[in-house]
Amino acid sequence: MVPFIAERFRLSRIIGVQFPFGHAFGMPDDPAMQRTVSEAAIDLLANATEPETRVDVEIEWPIDDKTAYRDWQPTEPSPSVKYNKERRKRIEEQRPAT
Amino acid sequence: MTVDSFKYLPHSFRAGFEQVEFQHDEPVWSPLEHAIEDSTIALLTSAGIYVKGEQQPFDLDTERANPTWGDPTYRVIPRDLEQDHVGVAHLHINTRDIERDINVALPLRAFAELEAEGRIGRLAEDHYSFMGYQDSRLADWRTTQIPEVANRLKQSGVSALVLAPA
Repeated sequence: MVPFIAERFRLSRIIGVQFPFGHAFGMPDDPAMQRTVSEAAIDLLANATEPETRVDVEIEWPIDDKTAYRDWQPTEPSPSVKYNKERRKRIEEQRPAT
Repeated sequence: MTVDSFKYLPHSFRAGFEQVEFQHDEPVWSPLEHAIEDSTIALLTSAGIYVKGEQQPFDLDTERANPTWGDPTYRVIPRDLEQDHVGVAHLHINTRDIERDINVALPLRAFAELEAEGRIGRLAEDHYSFMGYQDSRLADWRTTQIPEVANRLKQSGVSALVLAPA
């Protein structure tokens, strides 16, 4: 989902999937999609010969981008979202007026 | 097709992800000791999965009260966990699809098939679930949880661990 981060950590074997968060192996009730990602993982495990090997799985998410972007997010904003919003507001309020 | 890591990331998160410096001088590498057909594979998820009725959910109440904290503990997930015993505790993803089908986060069925077909030696009996929202220092993970899990993996003869972030 975010292979960029795995690359920054220089991990040994990285599978990239263009899936929304919470769906590392695909859609619910879609064993074929889940199997494809799982097979990609074990093929990479079997065949990678050097670290930082990345393979991106060629599967398009079957739901439109706007819906997928909305649907993976929690139904209520997480506590950290509210916390960071309030923190930014406090920082702004403490800035000297220009 | 090249995966765009930022496609589903909230736009406000992107700068933070791109700017953080990760200090790793050497890449992580450990060759597979045995052929994949002789290897025992375990899975690890950060989706906050637990066994309903047998395990405590991850502590979301403390996280709500202290938004910079996340429950650092882990749960052991048996390979034969039935879907109606799947619990998910995570405040940063929509857990609906995992509650419907654990395999979107922890593909036990697919790996059991791969075992039955001889593509892997064995699917481990025990798998591991963490809740991925953590204090950035990861102190508990570094000093306690991960060494414990690593030891359990070694003791049970696991050859490789598939890390599946949520």
